[in-house]
Amino acid sequence: MKLYLKIWRQKDASTPGKIVDYTLDGVEGDMSFLEMLDILNEELVSKGEEPVEFDHDCREGICGTCSLQINGEPHGPDRLVTTCQLHMRKFSDGDTIVIEPFRAKAFPVIKDLIVDRSAFDRIQQAGGYISVNTSGNTIDANTIPINKYDADEAMDAATCIGCGACVAACKNASAMLFTSAKVSQFALLPQGQVEATERVQNMVRQMDLEGFGNCTNTGACEVECPKGISLTNIARMNREYLSATLEG
Amino acid sequence: MSLIKSSLARKYVMALSGLFLVTFLILHVTINLASVFSPDFFNEASHFMGYNPIVQFLMQPILIIGVVVHFVMGFVLEIQNKKARDVSYVKYKGSANAPWVSRNMIYSGLVILAFLALHFYDFWVHEMAYKYVEANPEDPTRYYHETVEKFAPFWRTILYVVSFVLLSLHLWHGFASSFQSMGVNNKYTVGFTKFAKIFAVVVPLAFAFIAVYHHLNPITH
Repeated sequence: MKLYLKIWRQKDASTPGKIVDYTLDGVEGDMSFLEMLDILNEELVSKGEEPVEFDHDCREGICGTCSLQINGEPHGPDRLVTTCQLHMRKFSDGDTIVIEPFRAKAFPVIKDLIVDRSAFDRIQQAGGYISVNTSGNTIDANTIPINKYDADEAMDAATCIGCGACVAACKNASAMLFTSAKVSQFALLPQGQVEATERVQNMVRQMDLEGFGNCTNTGACEVECPKGISLTNIARMNREYLSATLEG
Repeated sequence: MSLIKSSLARKYVMALSGLFLVTFLILHVTINLASVFSPDFFNEASHFMGYNPIVQFLMQPILIIGVVVHFVMGFVLEIQNKKARDVSYVKYKGSANAPWVSRNMIYSGLVILAFLALHFYDFWVHEMAYKYVEANPEDPTRYYHETVEKFAPFWRTILYVVSFVLLSLHLWHGFASSFQSMGVNNKYTVGFTKFAKIFAVVVPLAFAFIAVYHHLNPITH
């Protein structure tokens, strides 16, 4: 199929970017979106032009590295997939596709379609950990019985790959789905109770410091999340934060 | 201190002030419906609300504070949220993942705020002038006539009805959303959300019915 691409090109963080038009022929439906960009880049390189920079790593939908706002949606029009798992069969011959970086003040553009998502790392560092004795007499996690429902909920929250689609989709560029998933994966388990009070407060404080917007419960994040992280996590974080703050 | 400054605290403030205003709507629509079904009861209830010192000097200021807090915080959130995305998307498909009402609360809220200005002018300013500026004596029979006469002009009735449509849209998202903000999302959420949606339709519909009813049934002297 033949596609008309409108791609955000930006030299570096301090240079203003712009949309550049490309026409790409010979795209197959079985290609992934990133493979389509690989072909475009091969053409650009062969013409002596600079290739389009974009984030990618595992290309298996599990690492959270790929991003891209595709036709106005993070990871494109398909549901529960990352951009690397998005296939070109979702598009038709002659389509125009607008490709932009994830937009948020807390996700500054580094180059072209690559944004700096280290704000997520700092939120995680602020409280996304548990204290475990690792001096050689570590206790096996399975010695503490956990009911199946809580274990499943915690595991569901832990499937967040931190790609940033929630922020990209939210009209407020809010990071509450990400932060709440990272709070929930510990809040639901006994191992997470030791730092529970400080964790939610520290992570929310860091989230605010990074300049993310406020949640207005539109639910866009949940719809666009490639891992299906639920809004119930945000409600849990709201509860945890309220009780943690009232406890002092 | 963190409870005052954090983004989650702002959610709590929006949710709690919104829920407070919802409870006020229940009271307001109940008394207003009396103007259709029992003018005498409407006069009696309005007189009580207008002259009871607890209502006038405790509940009324709390209500005004609730309204001001809700819309000021709404503006603060909107400004902060706009700042959080300093470069806009060339293409942003909001309709793909969130309903229109949830994405445009600021606009439905602004219409309601403009309506409140008209509503205050229509009834509250008039009432304050009647009681405290002109120092008229108490008249427990005047409320029904005054209310019905307000809806004689077609333009006012239309403005009220349009505002109630926007109120319905605002409540459609806001009422159910307030519980999520307060951290309540459990097995009862589906049922509660349905109730909130029904409330968002029925209450503004009742207000609109009252306005239209009085417009179509003027008092003939």
